[in-house]
Amino acid sequence: MRALFAALLAAATAIALAFLLLPVAAIFLRVPPGDLLGALGHDVTRDALLVSLRTSAIAHAAVLLIGTPAAYLLARRRFPGRGVVLTLIELPLVLPPAVAGIALFAAFGRAGLLGDQLDAFGVQIPFTQAAVVLAVAFVESPFYFRGAIAAFEGVDGALIDAARTLGAGPARVFARVALPLAAGGLGAASALALARGLGEFGATIIFAGSLQGVTQTLPLAIYAQFDQDFDTALAISALFIVVGALLLVTLKLYGWLRFASIFRSRFAPSISS
Amino acid sequence: MAPLRLDLSLPLRAFDLELALEVGPETVALVGPSGAGKTSVLRSIAGLARPARGTIACGDDVWFDSARRVDRRPEQRSVGFVFQEYALFPHLSVARNVAFGGGRPDGLLRRLGVEHLAGTKPTELSGGERQRVALARALAREPRVLLLDEPMAALDPHTRGAVRAELHDLLRELGLPALLVTHDFEDAAALADRVGVLVEGRLRQLGPPAELLGAPADPFVAALAGANVLAGVAEPGPDGLTRVRLDGARVVYSTDEAHGRALLVVYPWDVSLARAAADDSALNHLRGDIISLVPVGNRVRVRLPFLTAEITAASAERLAFRPGESVVASFKATQARLLVGPDE
Repeated sequence: MRALFAALLAAATAIALAFLLLPVAAIFLRVPPGDLLGALGHDVTRDALLVSLRTSAIAHAAVLLIGTPAAYLLARRRFPGRGVVLTLIELPLVLPPAVAGIALFAAFGRAGLLGDQLDAFGVQIPFTQAAVVLAVAFVESPFYFRGAIAAFEGVDGALIDAARTLGAGPARVFARVALPLAAGGLGAASALALARGLGEFGATIIFAGSLQGVTQTLPLAIYAQFDQDFDTALAISALFIVVGALLLVTLKLYGWLRFASIFRSRFAPSISS
Repeated sequence: MAPLRLDLSLPLRAFDLELALEVGPETVALVGPSGAGKTSVLRSIAGLARPARGTIACGDDVWFDSARRVDRRPEQRSVGFVFQEYALFPHLSVARNVAFGGGRPDGLLRRLGVEHLAGTKPTELSGGERQRVALARALAREPRVLLLDEPMAALDPHTRGAVRAELHDLLRELGLPALLVTHDFEDAAALADRVGVLVEGRLRQLGPPAELLGAPADPFVAALAGANVLAGVAEPGPDGLTRVRLDGARVVYSTDEAHGRALLVVYPWDVSLARAAADDSALNHLRGDIISLVPVGNRVRVRLPFLTAEITAASAERLAFRPGESVVASFKATQARLLVGPDE
């Protein structure tokens, strides 16, 4: 009975691993590495890479710039309705990306909520690169918020208090104490958000379309190349897997280093004088 | 040195903290059980908590005045705060911790004997070293008031005595108004010129440690100071003494006067132990079985069913007491204080 159960567990694990890894492995097995690199030189791929890098960089910078102070406020202040705010921030996490695209349309489209105001300034967002930036920022920001709020909440309140009694105003406390101590958590949250933003597909294709060189990001290029040039689609996919693996390894390595440093400080023999 | 004056009211979860206090160039310790509001007093002075009503001033410098709507920010009050567990910045070296508020750290580090640790990170320091760095950091801005929250709580028992003596000397040397809070009466008595007992947000008694020990205002103060507090009924006895019939039918005598329900207070270090009642001047002899013997430094605390005695480790060794053994606890009528508490 016990042996049977152990075998069952092992089989389930093997099936899960195979299911998750087989498709990933297939990408690299299907096309030789040399051809993959060659496919990355195609116009479609190059254009998509540039669009992806540009839009992700702008969106990510905006998320960090606005999200970091906002997360600090939400982590440190207790106010009525804080729980509601925290829940609303996470709403985009559970929305299907297509719904996010429609929602962005409803807000920033010509007939949308802010359509008239934007029109008055001659600004049109849908199907432009700005739309890609908005879509990417919209779907990636909850990932950053969640991690950043947790990182700031993890900073010992006594350290903030200590800084204030030492003459530091709120801005200096943020810059010299909260930010450096939360840096690790902020970095991890930033990496996860960046990965999510780079992979954005659904909201972008609805809100920004898939114009090569303008709004066609790498994921959209995969979709576009899928029935035309399967090898290019494979090459871009392989690129994603490499980038994703690098991000994961960095995160794990960081977590491991942090653990190691905590371990060192907790269990180091204290030298009393 | 301008004195620190406070008179404040701060609502806490279970009760209101109400405290009026003036601290001159001296060390005052607030001692009380955890949750008595001790830390809230320090936080109010530092500007980290806002009282509902009252005033806080250092000399002519008003930091808080609810009537005049004055509430200076923490960074605008001249306060040196030594936090519980010290709250040293873990990402900064010792020198950078001390220099955080501005100024050069060298002199202070030297003064506190930790200059050799200037480049070290706080996580690598021992408890005593951390305390000294926290003190150096708190003093770096030349504050007009020093606040210490449980400065001894994070120390190993074996370094405690030495660190306490150093802290005592430093506080005397500084001559600043210093307010420290602790749950340990011994620390309070060793470090402070005056000790205040804070219970549920109210000051029960404030005075020099000897006064609290010699004339505790109520049973709680007596118990906090380490005394045995025994309940009984008092009545006039022979030779102008008061006879106290303790709950449990034991009878003891006191030179204090009382009538009716009363509490008898006797300090463990005034109780001597023997196998048989000696024919000495002590009037009070109570027999009981030893429950436990706990060494505390060079003393041994011996617990009996009705009281605790404290004898020297040398005596304990010489007499070779064992748990379960029947002994006689003796103390003089002059060492038995009688209190008629409002609770009784």
